[in-house]
Amino acid sequence: MSVITLDGRPIQVDEEGFLTDPSEWDEDLGKALATAIGITLTDEHWNAIRFLRTDFAEQGETATLRRVSTRGGIPVKKLFALFPQKPAKKMAYVSGLPKPHGCV
Amino acid sequence: MTTEIAPLIVPSFDSEEHAGRKLAIICSKGSLDMAYPGLILANAALGEGVETHLFFTFWGFDMINKKTMGDLKFTMLGNTATHMPQGLGGLPGMTAMATSKLKKSIADLDVPEVPEFLEQIVASGGHLWACRMSADMNHLTEDDLYEEVEAIISASDFIEKTAGAQMLFI
Repeated sequence: MSVITLDGRPIQVDEEGFLTDPSEWDEDLGKALATAIGITLTDEHWNAIRFLRTDFAEQGETATLRRVSTRGGIPVKKLFALFPQKPAKKMAYVSGLPKPHGCV
Repeated sequence: MTTEIAPLIVPSFDSEEHAGRKLAIICSKGSLDMAYPGLILANAALGEGVETHLFFTFWGFDMINKKTMGDLKFTMLGNTATHMPQGLGGLPGMTAMATSKLKKSIADLDVPEVPEFLEQIVASGGHLWACRMSADMNHLTEDDLYEEVEAIISASDFIEKTAGAQMLFI
């Protein structure tokens, strides 16, 4: 467990850098996390991030790619374009959520 | 306002170490229970940014044959892992019952049926290949196969395409 700071505000993260307390997240932090992994957020990115945040609040776990596509209405292909290579983990990271546990 | 994170602890999403990793999965079974391992692993690999190729051969052809892909079956016969008396599996209707039970358990986990799963794999950048010998044996052409199958190719072509890949035979 480590602590990072965003403009002086302390934020708890695990050894990889994922937030351990999703309630410490806000949209400014989301932007900074995205920049840290080389992604500039557009409205389409925000759609995915907001779905993840809302779904996590309701379900208590991070949505898998499939769930973001079937429930969130964002096609899988689009998610790979927005968050290249490892979309599920990158989305979770930027959204301040744990990595998804589901296999599919 | 500048948003600076310090110290920068960032997951190694694009580490050099795993760059260029490739996975080849040979799907040789046509039963519902044996179709899923390959699909799930392919989907997982793609989600990790791994270039993934699936080769459908022998009974695995049923997974991409338009006539059968939506209707794969699961049987208790010869499958001791069901922990049911083997004689039961031979009774009329048991395969249909076992199949619908398995399909339900899979759907309950929000895991798609085979055709939709293949669609998701292709949308994630996966490559589907059909085995030439299996096509010839069954007198099937590309028209009989799921549209997203890229081509019917020989075993040696598949080996060539997947040079350097990690290989899984299912």
